[in-house]
Amino acid sequence: MAAISVRELSKSYRVAVKQPGFRGALRYVLSREQREIQAVQGVSFEVEPGEIVGFLGANGAGKTTTLKMLTGLIRPSAGQASVAGQVPFERKRAFLESITLVMGQKQQLLWDLPALDSLKVNAAVYDIEPREAQRRVDELAEMLDVREQLAQPVRKLSLGERMKCELLAALLHRPKILLLDEPTLGLDVNAQDAMRRFLREYNQRHGATVLLTSHYMADILALCPRVLLIHEGRLVYDGSLSGLVERFAPYRQVRLELAQPIDATELRRFGEVEALNGLSAVLIVERSRLTETVARVLSELKPRDLGVSDPPVERVVGKLFLEGDLAAKLGAASGPAAGESRA
Amino acid sequence: MSTLPKRALGKWRALCAVSLANMLEYRAEIYLWVLASVLPLILLGVWSRAAQSGAFALSSVEFIRYFICVFVVRQFTFIWVIWEFEELVVSGNLSHQLLQPLNPVWRFLAGHLTERVVRLPLVAGVVGLCFALYPAAFWLPRPMDVLRATALLGLAFIARFWLQYMMSMLAFWSERAAAIEELWFTVHLFLSGMIAPLDVYPESVRRFAELTPFPYLIYHPVNLLLGREVNLQRALLVLAAWGALAFLVQRRLWKRGLERYSAMGS
Repeated sequence: MAAISVRELSKSYRVAVKQPGFRGALRYVLSREQREIQAVQGVSFEVEPGEIVGFLGANGAGKTTTLKMLTGLIRPSAGQASVAGQVPFERKRAFLESITLVMGQKQQLLWDLPALDSLKVNAAVYDIEPREAQRRVDELAEMLDVREQLAQPVRKLSLGERMKCELLAALLHRPKILLLDEPTLGLDVNAQDAMRRFLREYNQRHGATVLLTSHYMADILALCPRVLLIHEGRLVYDGSLSGLVERFAPYRQVRLELAQPIDATELRRFGEVEALNGLSAVLIVERSRLTETVARVLSELKPRDLGVSDPPVERVVGKLFLEGDLAAKLGAASGPAAGESRA
Repeated sequence: MSTLPKRALGKWRALCAVSLANMLEYRAEIYLWVLASVLPLILLGVWSRAAQSGAFALSSVEFIRYFICVFVVRQFTFIWVIWEFEELVVSGNLSHQLLQPLNPVWRFLAGHLTERVVRLPLVAGVVGLCFALYPAAFWLPRPMDVLRATALLGLAFIARFWLQYMMSMLAFWSERAAAIEELWFTVHLFLSGMIAPLDVYPESVRRFAELTPFPYLIYHPVNLLLGREVNLQRALLVLAAWGALAFLVQRRLWKRGLERYSAMGS
C-alpha cells in the first residue's frame, strides 16, 4: 500500500477583492466582491513507503497547500487523500502518530525554555515511556549533533541549532511519514548539509517516507531521486530530476576558451551568456540549435577550446521558476506530464 | 502498557510542569497583570468613604473587605485564552498543536492553572498591604466559608474558561475575535459586582443579573468569603448550566471552525 495516495485533490479559496482608496474601502463594506482562487487543481500521485520525493514549484504554486491537506490541517475542496492509510482531515490518533510536518519558518519549541522541556511534553503527548523517550532523544541528538544545545533556552540557539532541535522534536514519536516544508530555509551551507545528511540517514535507518519542498536545489539533488513539479495548482511532472530537466529545459552549456577578448553584446549573438570572465565564457544554447551554434562559434570566434555539457540542474530549475520559462514550456507541452513522468 | 488514566495523568503532569516553568519565565509580565487589576482596590477607597456618609447595605469596613475579596477572587477567575487562541489562529501557529494527538484546550488549561500559582505570592503581598493600610478591616474567613467559596470559585473558573473559549472560536471567522471580550468585560464590570456590590442596584437589575453568569464569578464567591448569605446550590447550578452550554456550543464551533481554518502562514 502506498504511504501517500492522492487522487484528484483540489483546494479552492474564496478571497475578498478590495480596491485601494476610500471608494474601494466603502465598496468593500457595502458590497463585498469575492473571487475564487484555485490553489490546487486535480492533483494525483502516490508515494511508496521509504521513498524520498521532492516537491517543486514556484512560490504560490500550491506546494504548501497540498502539504496542509496531506497533514489534515485543511480540508480538500474535492478529491481524496490517504496518508498512512488514513484520511488526513479526520485527524485520528493513528494518523497523527504516523506523520510529522516540519516547517522551516515555523517553530513548535517553547521559546524561553530549553528544548528538553518541549520534548518532555511531546513524549507525554505521544505516550512514549520516559526511558524510551530518553533513548530516542539520545539517538536523535547524536545524529543531529545537538546534545549540549538541548539544555539551553531555545531563544539562545542559532537558527541552525534551533532547526535541528525542531527536527528532533518533530521526530521523537518516530513518524513513518515526514512532510518537510522548506526545512533548510535560512540555514547556512554547513547547517543545510548537516540537515540533508541527517534526513538521508533517518530515512535509511527507519524506512521513513519523505515528501520535501525546498527552494534549495541542493536539497533536492542530494535527497530526491524523484520529484513532483506543481505549477499554478496542477501537477505538471512526476518523475526523475534528470527527466524534468530534459523535458522542461532542453539547454546545453557551451564552455569557451576564447582566443581574444570579446564583449558580452557580441557574444549574445550565439546564445545566452551565463558567464564571461576574461577569455573564459559560458553560453546557454537551446539543444535544437546546438549544432548550428557550435559551427558558427567555431567559424566566427575561433576559440582555443570548446566543450558542451548539461547545465547544472539547480540553474535549469531556477530558470524555470524565476524567468517564467515553465509557463512557456507548459504552453508548448500537450499533456500534463510526458516522457518518463508518472503523473 | 500503561492504563488510560495513568497515561492521561502523565500527560497532565508533564503539561503542568513545563507550563509552570514557562510561566515562571514570564513572572514579571504576570506581576504587571496583577498590578493592573487593582481597580477594586481603588473602588475600595471610594465606597468605604461613601459608606461613612450615606446609608448603604454594607458598612465602611464591610466595603473594604468586599473589595479586597473582589481583588482576590478576580485573580482566580481571570481568563486570557481568547487572546492566545486568536494569535494562534491568525498566525497559523495553531497548526503545530493540531498535528499532535492532544486537544489544544489542555495546554490552555494547564497554562491558566499554573499561571495562578505564579500570581499567588504577589496577590498575598497586595492583600497584606491592604490590611496594613486598613487594619480595622482585618478578618479571617471561617474555614467552612473558605471551603464553600473555593467550590464556587472552582466552578466559576471552569465556567468562565469555557465561556471565553467558546468566544475564542470566533477567531476562525474574524481576525479580531478578542474584541468581543471588550463587550463582555463592560457587562461583566457592572453585573459581576466588580465595581459595586449588587446590593446597591435596583431589585429588577439584581434579578436580571442572577440569570447571567456574571454575579457567580465575583459577587457570590466574595459574599461567601465575607460570611454573607448565599444560595450556594443555586449558584452552582446556574454556573454549571452556563459552563455546560458554553462547552457544547464551543464543541460545535470548534468543528465548524476547523473546516474554515486555513493554517495561514504555515
